Amino acid sequence: MAGIVGYGAFIPRNRIKTEEIARQWGKDPVAVRRGLLLEEKSVPGLDEDTITISVEAGRAALERAGIDPQRVGALYIGSESHPYAVKPSGTVVAEALGVGPEVHVADFEFACKAGTEAMFVALSLVESGRVEYALAIGADTSQGAPNDALEYSASAGGAAYLFGPRELLADVVETYSYTTDTPDFWRREGEFYPRHTGRFTGEPAYFRHVSTAARAILERAGLRPADFRYAVFHMPNGKFPLSVGAELGFTRQQLEPGWVVPTMGNTYSGSSPTGLAAALDVADPGDLVLITSFGSGAGSDAFVLRATELLLERRSRAPTVRSMLEGKRRYLTYGQYAKYREKILLNE
Amino acid sequence: MPSPRYWREIPARYRLEAARCGGCGAILYPVRRICPACRGETFSPVKLSRRGKVITSTVIHAAPTEFQMEAPYAMAVVETPEGARLMVQVADCDLEEVVPGTEVTLEFRRIRKEGKGGILCYGHKAVPVR
Repeated sequence: MAGIVGYGAFIPRNRIKTEEIARQWGKDPVAVRRGLLLEEKSVPGLDEDTITISVEAGRAALERAGIDPQRVGALYIGSESHPYAVKPSGTVVAEALGVGPEVHVADFEFACKAGTEAMFVALSLVESGRVEYALAIGADTSQGAPNDALEYSASAGGAAYLFGPRELLADVVETYSYTTDTPDFWRREGEFYPRHTGRFTGEPAYFRHVSTAARAILERAGLRPADFRYAVFHMPNGKFPLSVGAELGFTRQQLEPGWVVPTMGNTYSGSSPTGLAAALDVADPGDLVLITSFGSGAGSDAFVLRATELLLERRSRAPTVRSMLEGKRRYLTYGQYAKYREKILLNE
Repeated sequence: MPSPRYWREIPARYRLEAARCGGCGAILYPVRRICPACRGETFSPVKLSRRGKVITSTVIHAAPTEFQMEAPYAMAVVETPEGARLMVQVADCDLEEVVPGTEVTLEFRRIRKEGKGGILCYGHKAVPVR
């Protein structure tokens, strides 16, 4: 039986407060905070990108697994901010982790669900016996246009999951995927910022896909919301995951440990995987955890996981998500943020 | 730095691969063909820990063109527990906290971009532990 043998996350230390962004554009900070349920978000440094975040998260996953990186037979990175247009992020990440050269590497893209997409494929390769271990990473330095609602949430971070056949930290009980052609959010080739369709991103996009996937996986697994200790839904803002969770019958207690968006922001491909890492950081053996991602365009992947005894022993080998959210931070002004996100035009 | 040279240095820059001299036990980072201490030519591989302490540091105010966006920034000589000394940039810090004895971890970061269309170069930077 294949499952998670290691996991890890990484969140950059720079932050910007919701108020600071709202003030810049003449918006009411209190109304924005209340509307989106966002306090602050992480911001990548000038020297951080999807590759550096993936390496740090991948190292944490390998430390928790305690395996030789040479045994990793596949490495997939899901992101919509791969630093190169042509040259896979995975090549750099594999070299840095000491994985390969006998390894299958690919970069995945599916808006905010590219990370769980990588997890789905990595798990399947281990289940099939094609590879012994497979590493799946979801990471982003998310883009949001200035003075757009996305600017309050688009943040940086990611999580890595190593799948293997034995010494599991979490069993994978069930998986499910649901995809349709729904044009709610996109970025055309050569465009700098993504575009979205405002309220259309809610009902027919996020809510339809997330709730359908979550209901379907519960039915397949023969489980009810009350059977779970924790549930994690993709977090484009603070409100959506709480709304969909309540609609499905999950309580605030089940949602809060993985609800990292108020202080992290939306790390796109890293969002629900990092929420899952935060839930695994506090799960007890036997606890069931549901994760349902959402990627615009649109689709959802869902996993039902069961924590094992080994999780308790292994999780102290790497930093927890909360320790990164509540630890060392540097608060930026909007001017510093514009510089860090390279939004300022300079002479060559 | 031209791409071929960057490529040759990947084991040292990405994975902190060093060597221990079979003759005198000195740690060489980056790896060399001849030990500068005893001129020995036999080595065993050593992987450096991703932590260390600052031996000495300085702050760069007048930065080279491609690092101007980051100035002012700290540079430090960091010694790992194995005894290797690395010259690294210090990230995510207040400049005043980078002093001899400061405990640091070594994190994977982008070191530079080769202009607007060239390759991206990665390696390690020190981050103070707090």
